[in-house]
Amino acid sequence: MSSDSSVLTALLSGNEPGRTPRVSKSSSVLYDTPGPRARARYRAFGVLSVLGIAGLLWYAYDSLASAGQFSAAMWEPFQYTAVQQRIVDGLLDTLTAFGVAALLSLVLGALLAAGRLSDHKPLRAVATAVVQFFRAMPLLIMIFALYHSLFGTSPFWALVTGLTLYNGSVQAEIIRSGVNAVPRGQSEAAYAIGLRKTQVMLTILVPQAVRSMLPAIIGQLVVTLKDTSLGFVITYTELLYAGKLIASNTSTADGYPYIPVVIVIGTIYIGMCLLLTALAKWIEARGRRGANRRTPAAA
Amino acid sequence: MGILFEDGNFALFRDGFLQTVELSAISALLALLIGTLLAAFRVSPVPALRAFGTVWVNVFRNTPLTVLFFAVVFGLPRLDVHFDNFTFAVIALSAYTGSFVCEVLRSGINTVPMGQAEAARSLGMTFGQTLRLIILPQAARTVLSPMSSIFIALPRNSAIAGAFSVSDLYFTQMTLTDRGYAIFAIFFWVALAYLAVSATVALLFRYLETRLEVAR
Amino acid sequence: MRTRRTIAAALSVLALTAVAACGKDGSPNAAAGDNAPKLPTYQVKTDVKLDGSKTWAAAKSRGKLIIGAKADQPYLGFEDLSTNTRNGFDIEIAKMIAADLGFSYPSQVEFKTVVSANRENAISQGQIDYYVGTYTINPKRKESVSFAGPYFVAGQDLLVRKDNTDITGPDSLKGKNVCSVTGSTSVKQIQPYVGADKKVTQYDTYAQCVDKLLTNEIDAVTTDDAILMGYGAKNAGKTKVVGKPFSKEPYGVGLNKDDQVLRNAISDALKAHEDNGDWKKAYDATLGLSGATAPAIPALERY
Repeated sequence: MSSDSSVLTALLSGNEPGRTPRVSKSSSVLYDTPGPRARARYRAFGVLSVLGIAGLLWYAYDSLASAGQFSAAMWEPFQYTAVQQRIVDGLLDTLTAFGVAALLSLVLGALLAAGRLSDHKPLRAVATAVVQFFRAMPLLIMIFALYHSLFGTSPFWALVTGLTLYNGSVQAEIIRSGVNAVPRGQSEAAYAIGLRKTQVMLTILVPQAVRSMLPAIIGQLVVTLKDTSLGFVITYTELLYAGKLIASNTSTADGYPYIPVVIVIGTIYIGMCLLLTALAKWIEARGRRGANRRTPAAA
Repeated sequence: MGILFEDGNFALFRDGFLQTVELSAISALLALLIGTLLAAFRVSPVPALRAFGTVWVNVFRNTPLTVLFFAVVFGLPRLDVHFDNFTFAVIALSAYTGSFVCEVLRSGINTVPMGQAEAARSLGMTFGQTLRLIILPQAARTVLSPMSSIFIALPRNSAIAGAFSVSDLYFTQMTLTDRGYAIFAIFFWVALAYLAVSATVALLFRYLETRLEVAR
Repeated sequence: MRTRRTIAAALSVLALTAVAACGKDGSPNAAAGDNAPKLPTYQVKTDVKLDGSKTWAAAKSRGKLIIGAKADQPYLGFEDLSTNTRNGFDIEIAKMIAADLGFSYPSQVEFKTVVSANRENAISQGQIDYYVGTYTINPKRKESVSFAGPYFVAGQDLLVRKDNTDITGPDSLKGKNVCSVTGSTSVKQIQPYVGADKKVTQYDTYAQCVDKLLTNEIDAVTTDDAILMGYGAKNAGKTKVVGKPFSKEPYGVGLNKDDQVLRNAISDALKAHEDNGDWKKAYDATLGLSGATAPAIPALERY
């Protein structure tokens, strides 16, 4: 039952392969393959922690239940078609803001990265200043200021502009470090055969950088997606806004259904983010496989 | 731009700034603690702890901080946990940031050469000793740069607390806007304050980097 | 919209597995018995012509009146999410004005939720034709918008837990945990009573404050009594309104600052419906459900 890697670990740690328990590869380095006593100890630990975690969960469930959070009345609003439609509309508004902001932030990120990698000092300085400024600015502060100054009529554009400025700056840094991470020999060789800077960038560096950058870029897109939820402070009717309205307009004997709303809305957000993260992992795995196949000598 | 020095606005602004700094600092320490603990869980030999760490990280990393604030501010009182809004904000921020710290630490742990852990083990060190004395100090060095992004993001994220009755800089911005001052004048000062905070964090990490580089 | 329905279905499965019956119609806030006061109906005027009112002309050519309202204030401006309808006293006032302006409800009237902080913006930029939503007339607001009314006078009051006996008015609030909506005038007016060393808790909806009141973290919620009455009635048996208003909040209909013609028309409409008994009927069928008897109708201020 032991896989190759755990056999290897077991051999390295000088233990008998046959006794290797199934542990994950990355963690097995940190501790010896447990002997009988250690295994007993781990088991005791395991039982204790399972009990502890189960106890905590039970306490949380029990308190919520006795506070009436699982009563039918608390969950009743979700049964209505109109309420479900409202959640779906909120979800669509969230996805719209996310889609537009993701696209614009990638464009802005590419432009700013180009600026930061430029040979012209003033351009570099401007791009650096923009990136550093918007990376330090809380999105909430930006969205609020944008809404109360330039975009009073459109919370959508206030949100999207704020998201674009912040995430664009972060994407710029990701792209820049990706380009910088391409081995120097690549650009040196390209310059040596007489390519101009733009050509080196576009034909040599960026295509290679993209592969290593993609997981980080998608990781930042997850942040973009999560941050759309800040739209509720400027009354953009996204998912969280819908949830808040559902909670505040349903009064039950045990108060307002904030917990059910958090559970439902939170689950939707987690689901969406996990999907995006899974995409990032898939691309990463694919990129690694591709790298091994195409450039076996690169390492 | 002079709005800061009118009508007692300075006191409001100063209080907001101090609140933001205090909230960020306490949350940062707690997040570091939670993150380290979670990372230890995630590489530990006990499957239940590993599972706990994985679930925690996946839930908290993928929940918008705003939703998390709702869960903490309106959920914890139902569990008979009653705090003021500042403490609630610290809990939400550090639980959220802690999951990011955990992931960075874990990737750092993976970069420490296997031989280190093996050598430690052959000296008879336990899992806890190996992690604490050998692995984490070396991992900390390689994770400084991603760690600095996390802790620069923390004061930024802390602004959300302003929407949950914590009188931080965002709250200051809302109050001043409500008093009818020009939004750009307000934004100028609030932006300056946040830049100061993030620059301080960045400098701190640069200092740490040089210190640890010497040690290598 | 096929995709919409697919997402809706997926969502229902994802989030509502615990619920046996998906997709109910109707409302959980079921109507009271048969003898509950009924909402009045308003005769739509047919030959309305408001020469010189840009707002009215724009609404007429668009074929629809757009009215700004609140969505989360029970018995005042409330959106019933399960039926997608709005109800409350402010909504009725908005509807009677619409009828007199020549727009029939619901086909030619659209309600749009506008929160407090954004009212002046929405009115002056023409996103809405007029606004009815606990909009206190005051000199500062008159600089950017114009008011018809007042059609109701509220006063700041306190909502406390039913068993609370030591809070009897603003003077007994020293050191207490008081909650209101972020940046509202209620906060400014109550802070001196609470004392400088205790901050008023502020959230962006009253429901959040009331929820905290129910979990004992807040001792009192403060805002206009009209708003509190609705929350009090929705949480009857757990909360009560103290009932000693300590300010005067005359509610007006907000509209474009320059539209004198529309303001006169709205004032006329209010006057007509106050005189023919619609106002009283509307009150009894909305705010009156919370148990309070109708107050005197305030005199209109025409200017």
